[in-house]
Amino acid sequence: MAKDTNMSDFRWIGTRPDRPDGLDKVTGRARYGADIQAANMLHAAVVRSPHAHARIVKIDTSKAEALDGVKAIVTRADFPTGLTGEDWDLQENTMAGERALYDGHAVAAVAATSAHIARDAAKLIEVEYEILPHVIHVDDAMAEGAPVIREGAAGPAVPPGLHPNVVGYTEFGHGDVAAEMAKADLVMERSYKTEATHQGYIEPHACMGQLGSDGKGEMWVCTQGHWYIRKMCAAVLGLETAQLRVTASEIGGGFGGKTTIFMEPLSLALSRKAGGRPVKLVMSRSEVLRATGPTASASMDVKMGMTKDGKITAATANFRMQGGAFPGSPYDMALYCAFAPYQIPALHHVGYDVLANRPKCAAYRAPGSPMGAFAVESLIDEMCAELGLDPMEVRIKNGSKSGDKASYGPTFGVIGLEETLVATKAHSNMSVPLGPNQGRGIAAGYWFNHGGETSVSVALSEDGTVQVSVGTPDVGGSRASMALMAAETLGIPYENVRVNIAETGALGVNEPTHGSRATFASGKAMHGALTQAINEMCKRAAAKWKIDPEAVEWKDGAAVPAGPNAGQFPPMTIEQIAKKMGSTGGPISGHHESVPGGVGASFGAHVVDVEVDPETGHTKILRYLVVQDAGRAIHPSYVEGQYQGGAVQGIGWALNEEYIYDDMGRLQNPIFLDYRVPVASDLPMIDTVIVEVPNPGHPFGVRGVGETGITPPLPAIANAVAAATGARIRHLPITPTKLLAAIKAK
Amino acid sequence: MVKVNLWSGLRHFTDGQVVVEVEAQTIGHMIDALVGKYPGLGPIFEGGISVAVDGDIVPPDTSKPIDDSSEIYLLQQMKGG
Amino acid sequence: MSKVHVSTTVNGEPVEFLADTRDTLLDSLRDSLGLTGTKEGCGTGDCGACSVTVDGTLVCSCLMLGVEAQGKKIETIEGMANGAELHPLQRKFIEHAALQCGFCTPGILVASKALLEKNNNPTEEQVRYWLAGNLCRCTGYDKIIRAVMDAAAEMRGAA
Repeated sequence: MAKDTNMSDFRWIGTRPDRPDGLDKVTGRARYGADIQAANMLHAAVVRSPHAHARIVKIDTSKAEALDGVKAIVTRADFPTGLTGEDWDLQENTMAGERALYDGHAVAAVAATSAHIARDAAKLIEVEYEILPHVIHVDDAMAEGAPVIREGAAGPAVPPGLHPNVVGYTEFGHGDVAAEMAKADLVMERSYKTEATHQGYIEPHACMGQLGSDGKGEMWVCTQGHWYIRKMCAAVLGLETAQLRVTASEIGGGFGGKTTIFMEPLSLALSRKAGGRPVKLVMSRSEVLRATGPTASASMDVKMGMTKDGKITAATANFRMQGGAFPGSPYDMALYCAFAPYQIPALHHVGYDVLANRPKCAAYRAPGSPMGAFAVESLIDEMCAELGLDPMEVRIKNGSKSGDKASYGPTFGVIGLEETLVATKAHSNMSVPLGPNQGRGIAAGYWFNHGGETSVSVALSEDGTVQVSVGTPDVGGSRASMALMAAETLGIPYENVRVNIAETGALGVNEPTHGSRATFASGKAMHGALTQAINEMCKRAAAKWKIDPEAVEWKDGAAVPAGPNAGQFPPMTIEQIAKKMGSTGGPISGHHESVPGGVGASFGAHVVDVEVDPETGHTKILRYLVVQDAGRAIHPSYVEGQYQGGAVQGIGWALNEEYIYDDMGRLQNPIFLDYRVPVASDLPMIDTVIVEVPNPGHPFGVRGVGETGITPPLPAIANAVAAATGARIRHLPITPTKLLAAIKAK
Repeated sequence: MVKVNLWSGLRHFTDGQVVVEVEAQTIGHMIDALVGKYPGLGPIFEGGISVAVDGDIVPPDTSKPIDDSSEIYLLQQMKGG
Repeated sequence: MSKVHVSTTVNGEPVEFLADTRDTLLDSLRDSLGLTGTKEGCGTGDCGACSVTVDGTLVCSCLMLGVEAQGKKIETIEGMANGAELHPLQRKFIEHAALQCGFCTPGILVASKALLEKNNNPTEEQVRYWLAGNLCRCTGYDKIIRAVMDAAAEMRGAA
């Protein structure tokens, strides 16, 4: 498909039909992770450490074993030894070994005939702990004298002389920072901090695992990536990967938090010990907050030089992030994204991945990018205020364009930042008059998006309808987008396509629905698979017409002669070909797998108007605009949905959400009452503008859109609050107490 | 010869070089050649990296062909959420 | 401890089940009656995913015991459609793309229906405050509010 095809040339793409799973979801029929029952099923409960850091001296399971209805108990002793690297990290996080490393760390698990008995049994398991000193905050964890969480965990790139809790290090940049900084009229250096937040999906983790003594197993699980679940469970339990078959249920939100395992191997280990009975394991909300992966907290120093007419000459960034008691904070991605919207002659980045006695962090929507954007976009705003410059004009003046080099090195392909900024500047929200205690903030944001391993099959049914099997679970409507793209490619009605999320036994390896890749990668692979099927259908027509297959093409759902020289034959429709396929050569299908290149990055810009109550410090969102480049919006409603959802998660992160620990290192707010996410009454309508600068790397121009939306809100809101009050908050969240104190201190 | 841009944090393993030249016709061979020349890079690559060729991220063991005009950057491994 | 026999009405049908005295109404609906449309998101009455109505009152079923269902009239998401005919709210949710993952959707639909039965012409603010007890993490609420207001308008028009 030509990259400059107009939207008007499409029959299906860009329309807004009902999503195929809509009926199931509005009637309660759709089945999520916990919506499963099986014969002989057991229920599991997990014993978790109440201490942030403690040696596990002894686990006594005898009283629990004696309880009627208890069928199996597992501890770390039931797991294989000898794992290394990431596999060891996953196993250690699934169940503690010698030490509990965070409040909530699993130390034992029990399966029983009812959930009540399982929970009663869990309370009867006696664990003796020797409490150790703990450390919670990233800068404390790097400091001399901080409690050591693990010796020898530092990666090979970490320079000598740092605290053992520093496990990752990166450094990169270009140009002569000192020389370029000297050209600036203003040099400003600031420190910014963000706290850990949870993805906050409303569906807690849930699975049902079944594992026989022969090493063959089945799992039903809510996940963004069932092949990852399969691979990780197999590694942690010492199973053969292909012998474990994993089916993805419908998923009640993920945002990155369900791309990995937390307790899934426990259900399999318990099942095996209970003679192969299925074991259902569902996390409570407090378990989700304590013991699954929030994102990292960050401590960031940035310095920037700017000329008096708004040209950024140089910048440096030093980012320190803790990802819990294991390596894996997104410190590197944060640095890559931080300056990506801008062309800056000299840059220097340094980053540290640090351990702390907190849960193992997981990806959260554009991991790292929101933190980096908070620091850089806030600093740019502070410098604009100091120099009397328009923040939007400064973004446009320094903005990256197609073919420019990215701040992290490679040359950008076709990107849409310029178009996004121009559309934002022109939007009516930018000129709404503001009243007292009101302020407007803007910010730009970036995410690369991702290709990743993809395996897709399509098959023709006997009546000419088409089934598509993808491996990317549908978190937000991607089945609709797949069906639209299939309908467009085949020239058949949208309703004649059924998209299924296949289980691991049905396709090659698929990476999860992460990195905003589903519509891009599964869509691109589906296009390849459909092309293969179309070629076969054309061959069947060619055989019937006794002409060369090269002389047949596909048009509007039928095989047609490719020009007047090919012969005079009426179109052979997909229904006609399908009806005869059994006798003309057999089933017709297509398959495509690859790690697709041609990924299109997505830039966004947000504008937010706030009103701050000067007596309470409460910030009200008056108006919120998301402008973002989607490349091509296959189903615009679901693209808008991604923009709005990402923005609101960012609003929560900026204003309310944080992990709060007491001085014993225990999480103080592990329920939704106290971990306060945005509710309907906190918000106005979220205005959206879809910019389309098609990505030449995708047959329909698609760019991933799911993640970029969370990257501008943190600084946009901080900038708006600063404009409204004159108080600049550099440590999120901007709670009323914090803001009130800052206003009073001015 | 292909020119490979590393990140400056890796200079420690490459005698201070941030841009390294090796003889290779594919990405996979380029990675092998880099490790051959600077063995210290081995454990880092094994931990997972991404490779950007002319702005496009590709898997590091691919047989994708490259030549002296290819723009090649090694990056930390990219994941999403 | 032996279970308690409960007789109640769910979605207009008389049903019976055995409840452990520690079972919440949510547990009973999902595990004893197989009505898994109502969801558990938090277990503490903060997220609204478990919303049902009991004798016409909107409640969090995770905050009620199964044994308390005795003799009551309970309405869940499974009873919202009239056979194959969807309630206008259900139709409007699909039309407005007011769901992404769909997990909060049953609770929000039940809560919205309860609102429209009390107030058939709510303002945007009234809808937002009524639904403040129903968390959604995917949509940012925008399309949900539009769908509810549009359903209310249709229902007023048809009335």
